Amino acid sequence: MALSGMRGLSVFISDIRNCQNKEQERLRVDKELGNIRTRFKNEKGLTPYEKKKYVWKMLYIFMLGYDVDFGHMEAVSLISAPKYPEKQVGYIVTSCLLNENHDFLRLAINTVRNDIIGRNETFQCLALTLVGNIGGREFSESLAPDVQKLLMSSSCRPLVRKKAALCLLRLYRKNPDVVNVDGWSDRMAQLLDERDLGVLTSSMSLLVSLVSNNHEAYWSCLPKCVKILERLARNQDVPQEYTYYGIPSPWLQVKTMRALQYFPTVEDPNTRRSLFEVLQRILMGTDVVKNVNKNNASHAVLFEALALVMHLDAEKEMMSQCVALLGKFIAVREPNIRYLGLENMTRMLMVTDVQDIIKRHQAQIITSLKDPDISIRRRALDLLYGMCDVSNAKDIVEELLQYLSTADFAMREELSLKAAILAEKFAPDLSWYVDVILQLIDKAGDFVSDDIWFRVVQFVTNNEDLQPYAALKAREYLDKHAIHETMVKVSAYILGEYGHLLARRPGCSPKEIFCIIHEKLPTVSTSTIPILLSTYAKILMHTQPPDKELQSQIWAIFSKYESCIDAEIQQRAVEYHALSMKGAALMDILAEMPKFPERQSSLIRKAEDAEADTAEQSAIKLRAQQQTSNALVVTDQCPANGTQAVNPLGLVKVPSMSNAERSNAQQGATHANGALTVVDPQLLSTPSPDLLGDLLGPLAIEGPPGTGPQIESRMASDLEGGANADALAIAPVEEQTQTVQPIGNIAERFRALCLKDSGVLYEDPYIQIGIKAEWRAHHGRLVLFLGNKNIAPLSSVQALILPPSHLNMELSLVPETIPPRAQVQCPLEVINLKPSRDLAVLDFSYKFGTHVVDAKLRLPAVFNKTAVEAARSGQRCKTYATGEMANLFISFRMMVCPGLDPNTNNLVASTTFYSESTRAMLCLVRIETDPADRTQLRMTVASGDPTLTFELKEFIKEQLVYIPVPSRAPNPGPPPNPTPQALPTSPNPSPPSAVSDPGALLAGTVGEMNNTMHGLGWRE
Amino acid sequence: MIHFVLLISRQGKVRLTKWYSPYSQKERAKVLRELSGMILTRGPKLCNFVEWRGYKVVYKRYASLYFCMCINQEDNELEILEIIHQYVEILDRYFGSVCELDLIFNFHKAYYILEEILLAGELQESSKKAVARLIGAQDSMVEDAKEQASSIKNMIAQATK
Repeated sequence: MALSGMRGLSVFISDIRNCQNKEQERLRVDKELGNIRTRFKNEKGLTPYEKKKYVWKMLYIFMLGYDVDFGHMEAVSLISAPKYPEKQVGYIVTSCLLNENHDFLRLAINTVRNDIIGRNETFQCLALTLVGNIGGREFSESLAPDVQKLLMSSSCRPLVRKKAALCLLRLYRKNPDVVNVDGWSDRMAQLLDERDLGVLTSSMSLLVSLVSNNHEAYWSCLPKCVKILERLARNQDVPQEYTYYGIPSPWLQVKTMRALQYFPTVEDPNTRRSLFEVLQRILMGTDVVKNVNKNNASHAVLFEALALVMHLDAEKEMMSQCVALLGKFIAVREPNIRYLGLENMTRMLMVTDVQDIIKRHQAQIITSLKDPDISIRRRALDLLYGMCDVSNAKDIVEELLQYLSTADFAMREELSLKAAILAEKFAPDLSWYVDVILQLIDKAGDFVSDDIWFRVVQFVTNNEDLQPYAALKAREYLDKHAIHETMVKVSAYILGEYGHLLARRPGCSPKEIFCIIHEKLPTVSTSTIPILLSTYAKILMHTQPPDKELQSQIWAIFSKYESCIDAEIQQRAVEYHALSMKGAALMDILAEMPKFPERQSSLIRKAEDAEADTAEQSAIKLRAQQQTSNALVVTDQCPANGTQAVNPLGLVKVPSMSNAERSNAQQGATHANGALTVVDPQLLSTPSPDLLGDLLGPLAIEGPPGTGPQIESRMASDLEGGANADALAIAPVEEQTQTVQPIGNIAERFRALCLKDSGVLYEDPYIQIGIKAEWRAHHGRLVLFLGNKNIAPLSSVQALILPPSHLNMELSLVPETIPPRAQVQCPLEVINLKPSRDLAVLDFSYKFGTHVVDAKLRLPAVFNKTAVEAARSGQRCKTYATGEMANLFISFRMMVCPGLDPNTNNLVASTTFYSESTRAMLCLVRIETDPADRTQLRMTVASGDPTLTFELKEFIKEQLVYIPVPSRAPNPGPPPNPTPQALPTSPNPSPPSAVSDPGALLAGTVGEMNNTMHGLGWRE
Repeated sequence: MIHFVLLISRQGKVRLTKWYSPYSQKERAKVLRELSGMILTRGPKLCNFVEWRGYKVVYKRYASLYFCMCINQEDNELEILEIIHQYVEILDRYFGSVCELDLIFNFHKAYYILEEILLAGELQESSKKAVARLIGAQDSMVEDAKEQASSIKNMIAQATK
């Protein structure tokens, strides 16, 4: 041990240690800073030893948190000292004292550069360390090439090169252009052949950072990473000093697997096989041992392996192995492993098909929600949130509610937000939703944001069946002695609107309701009083026949607040007072609130926003990503589309201000009451964050002028005429058909689905139909996902399949109604009997409110789906005759087989087609092109079955004609319901004269194709 | 990536800080305050990770000293935990059964050693032996320079006698 003593420094440190309090410490520090300042003033008189001592003292003071605003120059000047001891101190103190934005650092760039390009390797190390720790953009601009040179140099020793690698990583983070050098990716691959583990570890960190931004350039590194992993995990081929508790560098293993996770997939079958062998070995071979450090290190590797397996979408067997391991981990006592088990299980939710296995661990996860460790509780909450769906929402949300009363304050807000979101998204029925939110407000009122109670009001307003129930519940909560102010707001609002529905129940007469609400008034703040005043006005309106006593009581309150200092309260009091004098006219003005237009839940949006600035992998994001596949998205209504906005207000009739005759008819049924719909067009076109902005000013008096006279007339024609945005609020009560426009282009969606196995088939404002297909030989299993996007149920749901003659299709039962916000899955079995290009059609209809929607959708059970890439040995070649065409073939599930045809301008592809009549049938396709004349090509199709050959030829022809034009015409706008057969391919078109459009060009060339060859007379 | 390394005593005193991401002195003070409040109050049988401002802090207590490293949410926590242990073992070997006092009075040594283990917030060297060799070489270079200086001083002293 060589502890070079610096007495002055030690004395100072022990002085600081002996200080009794912060004040003394500050005095001592100030004294020392004064001392150092005077010493530095006369720099010439300082010996190198003294200089070192003072800069160390400065660093110590700085580390304690005091500002040190001088002496930087002295620290930086030590860097240029000729001798090692001064230089070392200069470098290290500078790199701690300054950060990358500091001006003084610029002064040092030249010295640093000289040290880097100089011959002295210890100086090189010091300089690289400084740049690696605090180098900024300027450093990266001036030093990157020198650092790269050191890294690649064969004459440098590993101790310099490993620092160079990490230094370059720092420079790359500051300025990604530093690796925009010709041949850099090759050099990176070359670095991975390094034998020295120190250099290799550093290079791997560099690679991780590079591939995380752009994996494309580094494909050649992938097999090398797998090799390294094999070397470490399988062959254990590392020097003794690089094993850690007997494990071959766990850090390098982790980094290597991390790098592999940034590649979308591992294509080469051999590499993939070796990788899975290693992973299997890690998954199976990791045991729990007594030594903590060994255990941690081996589990660090294990968890990384789990992440990689998840990423690679391994076979089901391996996946269930992983879930089983995680299931074990979340039950162990060791807190670290349990924490990581929960965290990784949340990531696992992204993987399809394992959700059900994860659900089996629900009870165990709920136990972790009560763990003494907040870190573990958070993970458990995140996981529960992520795994929640319609099937288990009741249990999970109730568990969260229960936990809410004991949860620590740090978690309550998150907890209540999550509970509210889950309740909204997965409510099995709406009354349960109301229960949950009211409980939430009751238990954690302080943490329930306005959004949450706004949302429950919206649901209640839009669902008539719910209104009496909600009113009853609100009434019950008011019986409690101390209730949260938010509860006062929500119950007052609901009782004002719907309290009259309870009139027959005991304790619910208008007067009693008024009394119990009014009791709360002294306890609430000014923001709540306006809501109470509206409630009083509404109670008064609903009291038929008028109750004089109640009336005078309420009027007294109004007149009391007419002089209130708060403008909002005052205005309401004055207006309500004046209005309530009007008697019958009150009816019109204070009628029930109209339904709210559908908007994205601000809660969910909030959760997503919050997500943006926090963790990448948390469950909220997973949830957000899942939504797209779940078809359960609450979309913003597209304001441009008038008909969409019509719906939520569908039941509202618009009265004219002057129209008095109407009111007689409306005494009875309240919901038929004319309502003044205050629909600010702006609100519709720009979804405002404050959802109830209009709700809180419910009585603003503004009728849509000029629309009055038309009410009684039928409006359908107007609306269908795409009439206008100001017709928004008006919709006739009569049934409408087909005014609902699909979102997105159905034909485009269909085409996309022909080339892939899952996606959205159809979407409109109310429903989204997703599809997922799996094909095995000539059997197919399609699952239709019907997702109701609304907060009201979809009824009369019907789905009929009209199969063509060659397909046997069986659709399982489709439920008659889809509950709000729910998704149902309907499996559909398909058997392909013989080759044909005819398509199956799904006739889908449902009813929402007054809209009957009927859509006829083509199902993507197309010709190519029952083809399987013929598993031939040939590797994919990079020089296709026409790259685009090759890709197209691959997306048809045809294998492009380079090398079969000696002419490189030709493209050969093969596939095996399955159907019941043909069984497995090999098909071969050859496309001959002439590089000199791109307008022509010849296609030869061969198979053992004439029909198949013909159909395949026609199919490819159609598809070739359809190659999308990427650069132009983003909206090709095909006719609304085209069938592919109807595409502009005449059997024998002559080559077009005007060759500007590539599609047309191909259409011409396809005409040259022939289908001469039947049988397999074609040699390989 | 490791954003910073903190060594905090049980009483909340700072023993060593190293920042790999730029933080102003004000932010540093805030980070230290928040984290010592969170970490020092945690019981002994809890996990070694705390979630903080969208990051994770991996910490481990050795006797009276907490070693903390702040990483990104998606980083491998156990890997970091063992980097901490590796650092402690190297310190232990260098000082010969290290204690808090060693680190208080030789914080500059603790820096030298850390500089050989981490760079740019990443692990630079995972071999204890290699780190020990490098530190040994640095120490002897400093010693050599000192001897040289004193022999020159003697020579000058003798010549001017």
